Amino acid sequence: MTAFLARRTLHALIVLAVMSFVIYGLIGLMPGDPVDLMISGDPDITAEDAKRLRELYGLDRPIVERYANWLSAAFGGDLGYSRLHGAPVGEVLGPAIVNTAKLVGAAFVLSSLIGIGLGLIAGAAPRTFRDYTINIAAFAGISIPPFWMALLLILIFAVVLGWLPAGGMNLDGTLAGELRHMALPVIALTLASIGGYTRYSRASIIEAMRQDYIRTARAKGLSKRQVVVGHALRNAMIPVVTLMALDFGTLISGALITETVFAYPGMGKLIFDAIMGNDFNLALVALMLATLMTLIGNLLADLGYVALDPRVRLHDGEAA
Amino acid sequence: MVERTPRTLSVMMVCFDRFLRSLWRAASLAIFLALIGPLSIPAAAQAQVNDRLVIGITQYPQTLHPLINAMMAKSYTHAMTRRPLMAYDSDWELVCLLCVEVPTFDNGLAVLEKTPTGRTGVAVTFTLQPDAVWGDGEPLSSDDVVFTWEVGKHPKTGVGSTEMYNRILSIDVIDEKTFTVHVDRVTFDYNSFAGFDILPEHIERPIFEAGAEAYKNRTAFDTDSLNPGLYHGPYVITEKVSGSHITLGRNPEWWGETPFFREIVIRAVENTSALEANLLSGSIDMIAGELGMSIDQALAFEKRFGNRFRIAYKSGLIYEHIDLNLDNPFLEDKRVRQALVHAIDRQAISQQLFAGLQPVANSNVNPLDTMFDPTLEPLAYDVKRAEALLTEAGWDRLRDGVRANAQGEKLSLEFMTTAGNRTRELVQQVLQSQWARVGIEVRIINEPARVFFGKTLTERLFTGLAMYAWISAPESVPRTTLHSTHIPDPDNGFGGQNYPGFRNAEVDQLIDAIEVELDTEKRRRLWSRLQEIYIEEVPVIPLYFRANSFIMPPWLEGVEPTGHQYPSSLRVEYWRARQ
Repeated sequence: MTAFLARRTLHALIVLAVMSFVIYGLIGLMPGDPVDLMISGDPDITAEDAKRLRELYGLDRPIVERYANWLSAAFGGDLGYSRLHGAPVGEVLGPAIVNTAKLVGAAFVLSSLIGIGLGLIAGAAPRTFRDYTINIAAFAGISIPPFWMALLLILIFAVVLGWLPAGGMNLDGTLAGELRHMALPVIALTLASIGGYTRYSRASIIEAMRQDYIRTARAKGLSKRQVVVGHALRNAMIPVVTLMALDFGTLISGALITETVFAYPGMGKLIFDAIMGNDFNLALVALMLATLMTLIGNLLADLGYVALDPRVRLHDGEAA
Repeated sequence: MVERTPRTLSVMMVCFDRFLRSLWRAASLAIFLALIGPLSIPAAAQAQVNDRLVIGITQYPQTLHPLINAMMAKSYTHAMTRRPLMAYDSDWELVCLLCVEVPTFDNGLAVLEKTPTGRTGVAVTFTLQPDAVWGDGEPLSSDDVVFTWEVGKHPKTGVGSTEMYNRILSIDVIDEKTFTVHVDRVTFDYNSFAGFDILPEHIERPIFEAGAEAYKNRTAFDTDSLNPGLYHGPYVITEKVSGSHITLGRNPEWWGETPFFREIVIRAVENTSALEANLLSGSIDMIAGELGMSIDQALAFEKRFGNRFRIAYKSGLIYEHIDLNLDNPFLEDKRVRQALVHAIDRQAISQQLFAGLQPVANSNVNPLDTMFDPTLEPLAYDVKRAEALLTEAGWDRLRDGVRANAQGEKLSLEFMTTAGNRTRELVQQVLQSQWARVGIEVRIINEPARVFFGKTLTERLFTGLAMYAWISAPESVPRTTLHSTHIPDPDNGFGGQNYPGFRNAEVDQLIDAIEVELDTEKRRRLWSRLQEIYIEEVPVIPLYFRANSFIMPPWLEGVEPTGHQYPSSLRVEYWRARQ
C-alpha cells in the first residue's frame, strides 16, 4: 500500500507539472491579452498607454519566460496576484473553494446517496411501476439543461411561492439564512446528478443480479434484501465509484452554470472569469487544484475498488 | 421456487410507491404554479418600504481603485461612496461636486500662461468644498489632489489612461483647500477635470512610496476596502464579498444631504434571467439601468410585470454601429458604403425591435450632446438610391441573385459581431435580409466577445463589417477612433482604435482644431463639419444609441437616469422611499 501511494503521488506530481505548463501555454495562446480587454472598456487608452501597461504586466515577454517566473515564485510560496480580483491568488481562491465545497459537496453527497438508493430500488424490481417512474425521473434529470432547471426552481420556489431566496450569498450572517440561500443551488445540482447515479447503479444492480453467485445465494434460501444488499450491491458499486471519482474533481472546479444563475461566487465562475479575462495566475492555480482533486478522486476510486472487490490488487501504481 | 419478498423490503417499497404518487402530485402542482406564475403576485415581491435598498447589477468590479481599470460596476458603486472633482449633471452640464466653482476664463479662475517650453498653457484654480472630509474624519485637501496626480502620471502604477495627468505640468498648493493646476496646452475642455478622482494621501501615500510597481496590488482600495478613510461620498463600504455583493452604510462624515437609505446592497447577478427572477422574488429591489437588462428584455418584462414596477428608459452614450474595413476593395468605394446605409431601414428596426426607444444615430454624436447638429440630413432609407449607387459603382449585374461587377466578382461581405449577444444577432439578421433585397450578400461570421474584441478588431482581422458599440462622453473628440494616426497596425503594436482604417486629412485637421478651439460657436461649426463628413464618407454605419432601462419599485423616488458616463447613483442622497 505504501509503495502504491508513493508511486501515485509521484505520478500526480508529474501530471501537475505538465498540466501547469500546458494550462499556462493554452491560456497564452488565446487571442488578445488583458490590455486588449481594458482598451475595449476605455476608448481613452492610447497606444502609448497600451504599451506601458503591457510592459507593466509583463505581457511583452515570451510566454515561456513568464511561466518560468511564475514557477520560481510558486516554489517560494508566492502563487502570484490575481489581476481581475486585485488580490493575491490564495486570498481569492480561499473563499471560492469554501463556497464551492459547501455547495458541490452537499450536492455530491445528496445526489450519490439518493441516486444510488433510487438505482437500487429500481434495479431490484426491474420493469415495474417503480422502475419506470424512477427511470423517467432519471432521464428527465439527465436531459433537462441545468440552467433551465435552475431557472425553473427559482421561478417556483422564489418567485411564485416565495419560500426561498432566488440566489446570491446570505446577507444576514445566520446559519439558517445560509442554508436557505444554498437550498436552491444544491437542489439544482443534485437533480442534475441524481440521474447519472441512478442509471449507473440500476444497470449495475440488474447486471449483478444475473450473476451465478446471486443465483447460488438465492438457492441457499437468502432473502431478497440479503441477496441485494449483501451480495449484489458491493459488486454493483464498482462502476458507480468510477462515476463518483470523476465527480469528485468538481468539488473544486465548481458548477459554472449553477453558480452563474444563482449568482453564487464559487470556483466554477471564478475559473471561467479568470480564463476569459486572461488572469493567468488565477486560472492556472485554480485549474491545477481541479486537476489535483481529479487525481485524488481517481486514487480514492482505486482504493474503493480494492475495498469493494477483494480480487483487485494494487500494483504498479494502478488498481488491477 | 417462489420468490419471497421480506417484510421490511416490502414495506419500504409500498412507502416508496406512496412517496412517488405524492411526488407526482407535487410536481403537477409545481408545473401548474409555474404556468400561472406570471399572473399571480408573489408575497415576497411585495415591496417593503424600508431604509434598505438592494440593487441588482450584472457586473462585479474587478478593483475598487478609482484610477485603475475603468469599469461601470466600479463607477456605479463609487458614485455612492466618492465624488469626482466635477461631473456632468443629468442636463449634461459640467458642474462642481468636490469643488466650489467651475473655473472659467470669464470668472478669472482660468488664465492663459506660457509654459516653460514657450507654448501657451492654462492655469486653472479650484477650491475644494470647505466641509469635505474623508470617512475617517481627515480633511480632504489640496495635498490629496497633488498625490492623485503623482499616482496618475506614474508609469508603473497601472493607471489606464494617463493623458489627463501627463498634461499637467505642476500643481501649486495655495492653501488646504485651494490649488492651481498648470496644464501644458489650452483645449476647449481646459476646465474639465471630470475624470479626476481624488485619492486619500494619508492612506495611500505610504503604500505608493513603498514601491510604485507593487502599488496596484497593494492599494488599500483592494486590501483594506472597508476603511472609511478611502471614501468621501454619502456612503462607505461596510462589507465586500468578492463576486457577490458590496454593502454600503451611511458615511457619518458626509457633508452633504443625509441619504435616506440606511443601507444599500449592490448585488452582482450576471445572468439577466436570474436578475429578473431575483427582482420578482424580492431578493433585489431594483435593477440599475447602467448595468441591467437589455432594452428588448426590459420591454418584454414591462409587458408582463409593468404594473408592479416603474420602468424608465433613457437613451445614452453607448453608440451601436458597424465598422467597415476600408481596406476591403469593395468598401473602398464611397458609393458602396452609402448604398449600404440607404438600403437599411434603421428607423423601422428601432421601432420594431426597441419600440422606438433607441434613437437612430446619424453619426457618432449623440442627439443629446450640445455639439449635435440637428440640421444635417442623414442618409435616408431609400432602396432605389441604394440600387442606383451600386449600379453606378459598377455592381450592375446579377450572379445567383447577388450583384456582381465586370470581373464577375460578387458583392459579398463578411459581417461579424459578438456571438451570443441576442440583440445584435437579431439586428444582424434583419440587416442581412435588407441588404439582400438590393443584391448585397452578407455572410454572418460571429465570434465570442473574447476573440472578437481581443484579436479580430484590435488587429483589424475583420474583412467587411463589424458590429459593436463605443462608450462615449459629452463632447468627446473622436481622436482615437477617427484620426488617421490611430489606425492599428503591427508597427504601432496595434495601438489606436480607428479599426475601419479611416484616412481623411480634413477630419484629422478638424479633430486637431476642435481640441484647441475655445469659442463654443466656432467649435460647434467644426463639429458640424465633422458630422457632415461622417455622414457623407460613411467610415462607419451608425445604427442607434442604446437606451438603458431602469426597473424600479413604485415606492422609490429620486432616481434620475443621466444617459452619460456618470451614473444615476451620483445623486444617491436624493433617493427616497415614498412613505
